[in-house]
Amino acid sequence: MFRRQFMLIAASGCAQMAFGHGALAQSNDWSAILEEAKGQTVYWHAWGGDPKINDFIAWVGDQARERYGVTLEHVKLSSTADAVARVLAERDAGTLSGGAVDMIWINGENFAAMKAQGLLFGPFAEGLPNWVMVDVAGKPAVVTDFTLPTEGFESPWAMAQLVFEYDTARLPEPPRSLGALKDWIAANPGRFTHPQPPDYIGTTFLKQIAYGTLADPSVLQQPVDDASYAATVAPMWAFLDDVTPNLWRSGKAYPSNEPAMGQLLADGEVDISFAFNPGRASAEIAAGNLADTVRTFTLEGGTIGNASFVAIPFNAAHQAGAQLIANLILDPAVQARAQDPNILGFQTVLNISSLSADDQARFAALDLGVATLTPAEIGPALLEPHASWMVRIGQDWIERYGVAQ
Amino acid sequence: MTGDGLLRQAPRLTLILLTLPVAAGFLGTLMPAFWHDARGFHALWAWNGLPRALGLSLSTGVMATAGSLLITLIIVAGLYGSRGFSVIQHLLAPLLSVPHAAAALGLAFLISPSGWIARLFSPWATGWQVPPDLLILNDPWGLSLTFGLIAKEVPFLLLMAIAALPQTDAQRRLLAAQSLGAGRVSGFIVAVLPALYAQLRLPVYAVLAYSMTAVDMAMILGPTLPHTLSVQIVIWMMDPTLSHQSTAAAAALVQLLTVLGALLLWRLAETLLHRLLIGRAEAGLRAPWADGIARRIGAALGLFLAGALFLALGGMALWSVAGLWGFPDPLPESLTLKTWTRSAPDLIESGEMTLRIALLATLAALMLVLACLEAEHRFGLVPGARALWILYLPLLVPQVAFLPGVQVVLLRAGADGTWLAVAAAHLIFVLPYVFLSLAPAFRAWDPRIALAGAALGAPPWTVFVRLRLPMLLRPILTAGAVGIAVSIGQYLPSLLIGGGRIETLTTEAVALSSGGNRRLIGAYALLQMLMPAMCFGLALMVPALAFRNRHGLRVAA
Repeated sequence: MFRRQFMLIAASGCAQMAFGHGALAQSNDWSAILEEAKGQTVYWHAWGGDPKINDFIAWVGDQARERYGVTLEHVKLSSTADAVARVLAERDAGTLSGGAVDMIWINGENFAAMKAQGLLFGPFAEGLPNWVMVDVAGKPAVVTDFTLPTEGFESPWAMAQLVFEYDTARLPEPPRSLGALKDWIAANPGRFTHPQPPDYIGTTFLKQIAYGTLADPSVLQQPVDDASYAATVAPMWAFLDDVTPNLWRSGKAYPSNEPAMGQLLADGEVDISFAFNPGRASAEIAAGNLADTVRTFTLEGGTIGNASFVAIPFNAAHQAGAQLIANLILDPAVQARAQDPNILGFQTVLNISSLSADDQARFAALDLGVATLTPAEIGPALLEPHASWMVRIGQDWIERYGVAQ
Repeated sequence: MTGDGLLRQAPRLTLILLTLPVAAGFLGTLMPAFWHDARGFHALWAWNGLPRALGLSLSTGVMATAGSLLITLIIVAGLYGSRGFSVIQHLLAPLLSVPHAAAALGLAFLISPSGWIARLFSPWATGWQVPPDLLILNDPWGLSLTFGLIAKEVPFLLLMAIAALPQTDAQRRLLAAQSLGAGRVSGFIVAVLPALYAQLRLPVYAVLAYSMTAVDMAMILGPTLPHTLSVQIVIWMMDPTLSHQSTAAAAALVQLLTVLGALLLWRLAETLLHRLLIGRAEAGLRAPWADGIARRIGAALGLFLAGALFLALGGMALWSVAGLWGFPDPLPESLTLKTWTRSAPDLIESGEMTLRIALLATLAALMLVLACLEAEHRFGLVPGARALWILYLPLLVPQVAFLPGVQVVLLRAGADGTWLAVAAAHLIFVLPYVFLSLAPAFRAWDPRIALAGAALGAPPWTVFVRLRLPMLLRPILTAGAVGIAVSIGQYLPSLLIGGGRIETLTTEAVALSSGGNRRLIGAYALLQMLMPAMCFGLALMVPALAFRNRHGLRVAA
């Protein structure tokens, strides 16, 4: 505990110095990092399933080359765990430096696993010059990853919040509470589903049900307590037992992940879908992949929200270049581009009011798109439960529903 | 002579090349199963989905293999030598070269309730304004998966049959049987099938092992509650908490034993059917009535499968240029080249890498296989059962059961993450297929031709280069095309050994398929298909050109 506070203090102090006129130790470190990074090729391992994200990463690469002479290579993963497994294999093989993975798009259990196993470089995030603009007070999820303090071992780059998507052409008024959703599913069998746990977004939906049905949702911020677990989550399973027979395919098959479920909405197989990116629907409409009658909504009482991060493995070959990219992603110009629904539609991690007038104007100029809720409309972001809930609920779901009857 | 000495060692060298990585990787991967008091096995037995998952691997694998073999034999028996057969022969190349993942995604779009077939008939014929809630894809019995596997394996077995047929003396055997009053089909069954199957046996076993352990196809078409065992193994291996490695290792061992068990059962069934066949033959099987039926069924099945695959790929190709395309529109609202122009640089880059790896791996495999077979012929070596099993190892051991171990070994040697390492890893999988595809033809080559050559004073190398290679040009090129297709389709080796730095069309396509973007997947799938298709096209065209005035070397058709 002491150690952590010390680091936070030290790091924030350094960051301020870096931005102040004094420009002492940290600034020297940073110019050393700039120097060292020049000419490096940074291998960023990031999920490659979305061409828009791939294009954005390529654009960040162009910026890095122009501004700093750093080359960015996007290693497209089908699952972030591939990169984690890769670093683990390298450590097992004794590759303690010069590793293949320079940077990983990461959060949640992948981060928890790597941090626990000492597979991460850092702390570095709070030493990045752009860190001072990050909205730590307003968006606590940028330093709390599934209740696990990030302690500077990963740097945030985008905010996400669960929003539901529906096609107004088929469904004029969506159910805006968990209870209403339950009634709607019963009245419209086969028109709703969720990705199959232990898929991340599928389990997130279960956690959202837990938030809405548990007698005291605050227990979700603590690790799972074995003794009381069964009784605690009983209302959640009762809810699922009720709706499952009326899910898409009667609950005998599920889409594998969020994009697969999004495709079901586009194909008209379901009427309500959900995503972790509040701007996804607008972006898909802009790209011509989704009908322009699709809109989004959130549930009364709020929906789960979290941040996406980048982390650097302990043995990364190009740690200087990776830190430079992590800092570049926090640049207001880059963040504003990421928030543009025609590009990505990701929510920024920055505190807009802390930015210069010019940078604030970048964000104000954005047209968020027809389907995106404004910050006022989107409602509160509930903190992610402790990672142990994700694992436990996912496992139990498999035991209960994983073998179709 | 040192050349001779080297040649004599070629089979041993090849076997070591296959055994070493597989064995090392196998140990490295499976060891975790026995750690911590075999915790992995306890976790595996405790999983309530195990019986169903294991049953699904077995049932889909056996059904797909039996189905593909039966369909292949009906097509050959009913149509061999006819005009229809040469049509099918020309369709083979593009069908064979479709990677499994691309075919699966295309078929999924074809048969799903919101898919192309449903769109073509909605709402005017079906009344569906929204897609019906029907469990067609991912059905719990694995029927969609079996269908997908059959559609992909029939072209492979047909190609193997076509390569083997000229060596079985099929025409004369058939003539002899027919002159004894047998019908076409019964003549084929009694006189040709035993010789043909002897040469088809190895490819059939490979199909069985592959079908039981396929991951990419099963992920897209297979059941999900539970998944087939092989898919579940990958899910466990990729689990971010890294806590299911031992369960995955234990399951990989069970998977391996199941494959071995299924192969044994298959062998048993072969013996039984062989007895039955002899009995029928002795009872005087004639059955001329079967000819017309077999011809029609063969043509229908061939057309149906080819049609399904072409429609599936057509659908994907259309998606690659589609604008908004909602249900129940039979065609996209608008067409756009956005997908292609946006991804052109990526497509070119990964396409070039894919081809480079495939060519190197295939060339190395061809040289090794030819050296082995020539050594076998020249020194009278008889490959034992053990050598055969070793050749089979990479095809029988599920990839997930040994590749992670190979990755660790390569890391230790500091040789991973380069395209050469990936090509070397591909060689492990390409070599057996090249061998399986080439050996029957090579061994069936009439040794009297060599004798005649020697009698005219030609040294062994001259016989090899001037007589054997040209006469075997067709099977060699076919084997090369098979090798290239196999290499292009590899996913796990490229991903693991390449350390994620080597981007091939397949690693890109599978990464994309997790995102479900049909437009981009369509572009990659099309390119993935075109590349090997051109190789197969060359394998058919070059000999036809080279032998246009060599009557005896033409395909007996």
